[in-house]
Amino acid sequence: MFGLSSKDTRFLLIVVFLTLATPILLQPFPEGSSLAQFNAGYPDLMQKFAIFGIFAIGFNILFGLTGYLSFGHAAFLGVGSYTVVWMYKLLGYNVLPGLVLAVIVSALFALLIGFISLRRSGIYFSILTLAFAQMSYNLAYSVLTPITNGETGLQVYSNDPQILMGENSPTSPHLFGIVMRESTQFEVGGWLFTLNNGYYFCAVIAILAFYLSLRIFRSPFGMMLRAIKTNQTRMNYTGLNSRPYTLAAFVISGMYAGLAGGLLAAMDPLAGAERMQWTASGEVVLMTILGGAGTLMGPVLGAGFIKYFENIFSKINDGVLHAWFAFLPDGLEDLVVALIHPFVGKGWHLTLGILFMLVVIFLPGGLVEGGQRIARLFRSKKTKTAGPGGRNRDHQPKPAPHVAE
Amino acid sequence: MTNSTFTRRGVLKTGAVTGAGLALPTIFTSSASAFTNEPTGNTVTFGFNVPQTGPYAEEGLDELRAQELAVEHINGIGDGGMLNTFTSKALDGTGILGKKVQFVTGDTQTKSDAARAAAKSMIEKDGVVMINGGSSSGVAVAVQSLCQEAGIIFMAGLTHSNDTTGKDRKANGFRHFFNAYMSGAALAPVLEKAYGTERRAYHLTADYTWGYTQQESIQSFTEALGWQTVNNVLTPVGAGDFSSYIAPVLNSGADVLILNHYGGDMVNSLTQAVQFGLRDKQVNGKNFEIVVPLYSELMAEGAGENIKGVFGSMNWNWQLQDAGTKAFVQSFGQKYGRPPSNSAHTCYVQTLLYADAVARAGSFNPCAVAEALEGFEFDGMGNGPTLYRAEDHQCFKDVLVMKGAENPTTPFDTLEVVEITPRAQVEYAPNHPMFGGDEASLGQCNSGA
Repeated sequence: MFGLSSKDTRFLLIVVFLTLATPILLQPFPEGSSLAQFNAGYPDLMQKFAIFGIFAIGFNILFGLTGYLSFGHAAFLGVGSYTVVWMYKLLGYNVLPGLVLAVIVSALFALLIGFISLRRSGIYFSILTLAFAQMSYNLAYSVLTPITNGETGLQVYSNDPQILMGENSPTSPHLFGIVMRESTQFEVGGWLFTLNNGYYFCAVIAILAFYLSLRIFRSPFGMMLRAIKTNQTRMNYTGLNSRPYTLAAFVISGMYAGLAGGLLAAMDPLAGAERMQWTASGEVVLMTILGGAGTLMGPVLGAGFIKYFENIFSKINDGVLHAWFAFLPDGLEDLVVALIHPFVGKGWHLTLGILFMLVVIFLPGGLVEGGQRIARLFRSKKTKTAGPGGRNRDHQPKPAPHVAE
Repeated sequence: MTNSTFTRRGVLKTGAVTGAGLALPTIFTSSASAFTNEPTGNTVTFGFNVPQTGPYAEEGLDELRAQELAVEHINGIGDGGMLNTFTSKALDGTGILGKKVQFVTGDTQTKSDAARAAAKSMIEKDGVVMINGGSSSGVAVAVQSLCQEAGIIFMAGLTHSNDTTGKDRKANGFRHFFNAYMSGAALAPVLEKAYGTERRAYHLTADYTWGYTQQESIQSFTEALGWQTVNNVLTPVGAGDFSSYIAPVLNSGADVLILNHYGGDMVNSLTQAVQFGLRDKQVNGKNFEIVVPLYSELMAEGAGENIKGVFGSMNWNWQLQDAGTKAFVQSFGQKYGRPPSNSAHTCYVQTLLYADAVARAGSFNPCAVAEALEGFEFDGMGNGPTLYRAEDHQCFKDVLVMKGAENPTTPFDTLEVVEITPRAQVEYAPNHPMFGGDEASLGQCNSGA
């Protein structure tokens, strides 16, 4: 189906199901229970999951396939956001023109930066992209203040032209009248589920982006990119010019980043310069490595993990901890709270850092590898009971791993 | 992962179970309420959005301490602090309108995006009715517009830029802190008295919106005194090394250096200016002087010896002698063993003022609360008689001019109050050109209904 093998189709369908059911899956604890703190099914975070998922999928096309580590992808994110907010200011709150333009503008921007940066590879390429991104950040933060509104961030004001705004047009981002901010809420027992328009808009785009990346992974073009990662010198010796391929990959992943940036502004009509800072570029690298570079699902998982830590763990303060451990005797309660304290609230970076270290040391293939190992654990048990055929498995050539994993 | 063997039967089974699960929700409750996050139980939740990581984490921590104290006082725990000296007596220490106050915290990271994400999670997930705090003008403007869209009240924390209640003012947002214009208005007479009217000023300005408004304000006030402006150089934020910007000052013919910097930048630029020997120099037959328009305790601590005798302005200081300040300093000191900072005071007062406005309005509806705060006159919160102006939601009160103390005895009195500038002297028209002129408007109050 959709030009995919049956295995990939099944994989895609699982992803579609997971994405659409996210508002329900992320609310595992009833409202009012002390574990409701860990629920992540509120619109803003779900939108972030989808958007940064797109960002990481795009980044993975460059980093996972060609092995070129770009440290400047946040620049495209920022360009996308600014484009969309400018379209709000000039045309009106419909997100469509902005998003289309965001992809085009970031593609041009990526073409320019890629054309220059891709003259070098390895660490030099990373440094060049980092330099370009920091340059864009500083321009946006101060030099180009008339265009970007500097540190304050670009916003829509009531005296902006907005020439396409009708009398009854919504006054916040919408898609032909479907307002992104609005949600339907329903309660089942103690559970409260929020189905948000903006999230589903992002989710549909994320699924399309995922499908596109799946097709790229499976295409001859994808194979060529993987060949570049394996041994670019050998490729060149066979008479192939690899630069058009790397440039294409760079532009595609830049477009993904621009789309993600545009969506950020489509959910929340503001574009800030710090979206372009090097920390934001580093974040997407972390996401990809944490989840598993070169895998399809990994970057999305990584994006989800990091955003979850940033938004959920950072909100656990001492008051919450005391409420959780109130059942312990006083002295012990204080001790437990004091022990956990450095890892939550403002210490969420620490927890994430430890997790990242553990993943890099023990699961070099990222979280996806962790999942594979667990799956293999179950499978090997199954095959052992299956009969003599499975016993000699170690002595037979391994089948090529499925890239979707 | 997808290598696992799917059987037709297995898929059917899972499908049936999921289908049944999805079909379960039969009771759809419409969440029709009069306004965003209308509190229904016997508690109400406040959101405290402060920087817990990043350059202003210390300030954020102090804001958090103060807000926690304010919640205790509203709920009737502790000695009541400023509630005893506050002229409005609508709060009686039993919570607000019979509801106990709870709070959730978020980390702004001093980034607009992160701050908005934290604020959104508090609004969407925790159901807060107001957001308080923060430590940057960029963040304040960003979160203020978010609260306007969402339909809750925003009380800005430490934000000094004219824009917050100037061109970016919003009907749902209020600011207790003073602004760059007021700094200029308060500093000018003191500078005139100390340094005279024949001065040539050189500005180093942080290259972002707050820096621009600060520089614009102080320049217009010093030029009104008769001072000349030799040059204004923009410096990148977080530069660390300012020596290349300070060296040209030596030969520029200027005799006053004005550092429109904040936080770590100010600490570095001031320290380096002193190391270059600027303050021991004589130019045009006068002693070379340095001015830092906006001070904070944290900066004073960081700059140490170098701030001795340097003028600046502040919103409030714990060394004030009025009854409100004393009550607050005492209860803060009792709980945390240190005097509160100027940002702590702002956030504490704002929490109480919001609670009081709700009690007076008799409703948590943001539009009713905003109406109760608009044009509200009160006293007993430090800084003397205070007004929340209806036209732009800026707070008007006395402003402090500070000086680095010559002989500090503790780490907490490195700054001393030189003059308390009366409110009348720092007032301006709501449509002042530095505040967006006639185009700036609050817009409509939004209750999210």
